[in-house]
Amino acid sequence: MTQGATLSDAAPKGRVWDRFPIRTKRVIWAWAFLALPIIFYGWIRFYPTFQAFWISFTDWDILKPAQFVGLENYDKLIHDPAFWKVFRNTFTYLIIGAPVSLVVAFAVAYYLDRVRFMHGFIRALYFLPFLTTAAALAWVWRWIYQPVPIGLINGLLAQFGIPQQAFLKSTTQALPAIMVTAIWAGLGFQVIIFLAGLRAIPQTFYEAARIDGLGEGAILRKITLPLLKPTTVFLVVFSSIGFLRIFDQVYNMTSNDPGGPLGSTKPIVLMIYQTAFSSFDMGYAAAQTVVLFTILLIVSLLQLWVLRSR
Amino acid sequence: MTALAPDAARPPLKFGRIRPGQILIWTVLLLGGLLMITPILYMFSTSLKTASQVYDLRLIPAAPSFDNYVKVLSDGNFMRWFLNSSFIAITVTLSNLFFDSMVGYTLAKFEFRGRYFIFLAILSTLMIPTEMLVIPWYLMSAQLHWLDSYWGIMFPGMMTAFGTFLMKQFFETVPDDFLEAARIDGLNEFQIWWKVAMPLVAPALSALAIFTFLGNWTAFFWPLIVTTSRELYTLPVGLSSFSDAQDTRWEMIMTGAALATIPTLVVFLVLQRFIVRGVMLAGLKG
Repeated sequence: MTQGATLSDAAPKGRVWDRFPIRTKRVIWAWAFLALPIIFYGWIRFYPTFQAFWISFTDWDILKPAQFVGLENYDKLIHDPAFWKVFRNTFTYLIIGAPVSLVVAFAVAYYLDRVRFMHGFIRALYFLPFLTTAAALAWVWRWIYQPVPIGLINGLLAQFGIPQQAFLKSTTQALPAIMVTAIWAGLGFQVIIFLAGLRAIPQTFYEAARIDGLGEGAILRKITLPLLKPTTVFLVVFSSIGFLRIFDQVYNMTSNDPGGPLGSTKPIVLMIYQTAFSSFDMGYAAAQTVVLFTILLIVSLLQLWVLRSR
Repeated sequence: MTALAPDAARPPLKFGRIRPGQILIWTVLLLGGLLMITPILYMFSTSLKTASQVYDLRLIPAAPSFDNYVKVLSDGNFMRWFLNSSFIAITVTLSNLFFDSMVGYTLAKFEFRGRYFIFLAILSTLMIPTEMLVIPWYLMSAQLHWLDSYWGIMFPGMMTAFGTFLMKQFFETVPDDFLEAARIDGLNEFQIWWKVAMPLVAPALSALAIFTFLGNWTAFFWPLIVTTSRELYTLPVGLSSFSDAQDTRWEMIMTGAALATIPTLVVFLVLQRFIVRGVMLAGLKG
């Protein structure tokens, strides 16, 4: 090949290219297609990943040069009661939010799949919230939770003579109130994906089961749920990651005291945001992101493990 | 793939077979759906009320008026944020359509050493949460003077592993014979990809476009970090600061939220089937 290239030095440039075998030409094309993306992924994804680990071992406030401190940030994290509170909040969002939203989404999809009359309209009703901007609708929900005479829910409660609820101003009710908003925002996506999964199950399976005399419950347990497993696993992981990374709703619904009252709604991403961009304690914030990364990695690996053991 | 069509024919219910249970299910589903859009309805309703009517919780305003909209839009910043978000979402979407499909095509249809390694490397970036990268991105942007610029908001999303993976899956279904025929016709590899392969994966491209656009239109975390001047805010970030500044003027907050929601609602109403199918496609393949 190189020989061919040197021999044809006198020939016009196109001739050099023409002498490459087809295979070689295609390999060159492939790397030409990949050149810019390789730079992008290397520079914008891989290098920052390693940098994040490195920063987590340093003490750095941007103004002074970074100082290597080993595992000090992690040690500080383990002994920081604020972190454990945030850790507990984050898992509360996950452990209640993900199952509740999945069960509701499945129930809606399961029944909506059999409805023909106004099917598209009802589906659109469930799907619409997914298309809204979380940062915008969080404020609408904030209004809904206001005390009388502003908020919608307390207004309704008052009409029925039920005592007022503090919602976002209460250290125990604020987190569930925000969680409802997050579930509401993500439900439509899950319904649509469940519907697609249900559609992909061949009708013949159901017909065979009916001929065998299986009841509705048995069909659900023995056919629908097992065949729907890939869809369900995908949604479990997708919504788990979503709840572990919750931020938009919390930030906007508690913007006068982000993560409040008294840090009772603060998730880990909000803590990262405040540590990095309010306190500019970059090393400590990076250590928190490494912890988040580890948690998300475990969740993803669990997914692979569950899918393999099919 | 035909099974994914949202309105794929299922045997229509025969009217003789409608049971009371089905009517109950239908009613519950409809009420649940109406409950789902209640916040959206009240958002629009309150945006049409005056400050003194906000305390009146009726859904239909007594005297609807668009004054709030005029006030919010004449604020000056709002139109700017709207245009910022449009520009950013469209640019990033076009970039993803181009690069993700180019990489997906290369990984699906070319044979070369290192192909599998590149694929795994790109796929592995899915494991890295944005939150972990924002600190390095921020420092990088500070050094390169990208803070507070359109490019600074856009650069992290110009290519995504999700889009690459989605497009690779779809290009694998394109028969090699098509590409070979084009090769014999004398098209070069770029032309084969652009003129022959791309039109064959149009449904996947539209799915990717919808996801990328929606994701960038609603993006909040990174734009909040990278922008500091009000003129460069995206709509969600601008809205957040606007609402915070309004204190308790809920009719203004609702109007801002409504203005951010209207464009996506209009697009959805026009392209409903398209969008639902796209989400199904991307969700199942991705």
